[in-house]
Amino acid sequence: MTAVSVEPEQAATPVPVPRRRTVRRSPGQRVAGGAAAVLLWGYLLVALVPLVVMVLDSFRSNTDVLSHPLGLPTSPSFDNYSFAWSQASFATYVQNSALVTVGAVVLDVGVSLPAAYALGRYAFRGGGVLTAYFLSGLMLPIRLGILPIFYLLGDFHMIDSRLGLILVYAASGIPFSVFILAAFFRGLPSEIEEAARIDGAGEFRIFLNVMLPLVRPAIATVVVFRFVPLWSDFFFPLVLLRTTSKYTLPVGLTQFFGEFQTNWSALFAGLVIATVPLVVLFVVASKQIVAGLTAGMSR
Amino acid sequence: MRWRTAIAFVLPALALYSVFIVYPLVSALADSFWTWEGTARTGFAGLDNFRSLFTQFPLNRQLRTAFWHTVIFFVGTMIVQNTFGLLIAVLLSERRFGKRFLQAAYALPYLIGALVVGYLWNLLLSPEFGPVNKAMSDVGLGSLTRAWLGDPSTALPVVILINAWHYIGFPILLFGAALAGLPQEYGDASRVDGANAWQRFRLITLPLLTPAIGLVSILTFISCFNAFELVYALSGTQGNQPTGPGGATDLLGLIFYRVAFQEGGENAIGQSSAIAALMFVLIFGVAVLANRYFRRREALLT
Repeated sequence: MTAVSVEPEQAATPVPVPRRRTVRRSPGQRVAGGAAAVLLWGYLLVALVPLVVMVLDSFRSNTDVLSHPLGLPTSPSFDNYSFAWSQASFATYVQNSALVTVGAVVLDVGVSLPAAYALGRYAFRGGGVLTAYFLSGLMLPIRLGILPIFYLLGDFHMIDSRLGLILVYAASGIPFSVFILAAFFRGLPSEIEEAARIDGAGEFRIFLNVMLPLVRPAIATVVVFRFVPLWSDFFFPLVLLRTTSKYTLPVGLTQFFGEFQTNWSALFAGLVIATVPLVVLFVVASKQIVAGLTAGMSR
Repeated sequence: MRWRTAIAFVLPALALYSVFIVYPLVSALADSFWTWEGTARTGFAGLDNFRSLFTQFPLNRQLRTAFWHTVIFFVGTMIVQNTFGLLIAVLLSERRFGKRFLQAAYALPYLIGALVVGYLWNLLLSPEFGPVNKAMSDVGLGSLTRAWLGDPSTALPVVILINAWHYIGFPILLFGAALAGLPQEYGDASRVDGANAWQRFRLITLPLLTPAIGLVSILTFISCFNAFELVYALSGTQGNQPTGPGGATDLLGLIFYRVAFQEGGENAIGQSSAIAALMFVLIFGVAVLANRYFRRREALLT
């Protein structure tokens, strides 16, 4: 908008543009560039300020937060965190979330690796159909099967069980894991494998000792990319878990918000606790996150 | 590799995926054709469960409203999140300074779960103590403050904005990667031909982004029609009542959960399975058709 209103005026009084060795830019372009910068840095505030408020308010006292929601922590304290951690059972929730998420990702990767290896590297009878069968799961709205999943786990005596949740989560990740890993296996050169075969290594040895070390980057992508949604999932534990001592973070958070409605600073601390592991993961593995996102485009 | 060895490699994944994902979905489709009393199947219902969704008051009214809310939610998200995300991605792609930092900062909310985002904004937008209303009165906009989530006229638009804030990192990163992968020559050639920035974007960049736009649109569609957590945390649930002020933010994902686990009529399994079947056909069907459409567009280009 600014660019449009300013340009005619600029055109009427031509300003001598100093010669520069870099690419010459017209006044109009410079105004557009300025508008773009304002937009980009402006949106940065929109993206970050809510998160900054969340973190700052978690270090303040509740009376402070309720009277001045936008203030800085004048005497920052960890009281809210120790309250959430010990009195509101966040220690338990974090443990359960870690157990369920890690368990599910390990199981998911553990079964997807051999499957992706066979499907990605070998042509065998039924292989194409199996690949299509796995990949169709990429677009399935899995939650719609919640009632049968509920009764199925009931038959296995796994309602209100973290193991039941692990099985469902691991299964829900298989299409994505097989998709990423198979594509990666397919791209590996066959010479190494042939050399190992000539040396007399069996199929399983080749897979375990020769191929697995080569696909480590793809495994990292899968791990990061499955961890994030599972850590935050609320729908399945809401339906499948019953006992507070087994709650994962999202369900625990709901309980917490119901119980301590007016203790805002503690609520903010609870939100931060649920968020920090993901931010750490993002900082450590942003490369894998971008790789996983863009992998979808080659589908 | 021998056939039996290959099958042995595939078997664990095949079993887990079939038992916990495929079987439940197929079984939900099958359940929708039966009448249920509690958990006991009492007789073949044919299409009765489906018919009841459209005739039984108040479920039929609630379903219709929730469907249109979900459509608005999807269209709004496409407009706000994906076009703005594309704009930001294009602007970022022309920058050298601060590009990676900005990209990472925009994507930060994307990592956080929808439930946490919902609770966070629930506090931020709170009518009495919320920082948003506070900040507005501080800068002299006090007359515009309101209970953003409690007012039927603003509740759904606000939910759309929050959803866009949450997920905008996804189109930014994905379009960013797609833009980085575009061949430089087309842009250079058209610049020589005297095309301006808008013409270059409209006639060169946009068509080349078709695969990325297709992917983002399809995934946005799936996530909007599955949405549950965000609204659950923002609007709270009131037993078996439609969600939000006057049911203003009731979406299909919420009504499905309610019929299956809260409303608990005699035939809850039959009816909720029928809803699941319809949603399944809608989500999967549209995703497959859209996928085919974008692929054809892509093929026409090359």
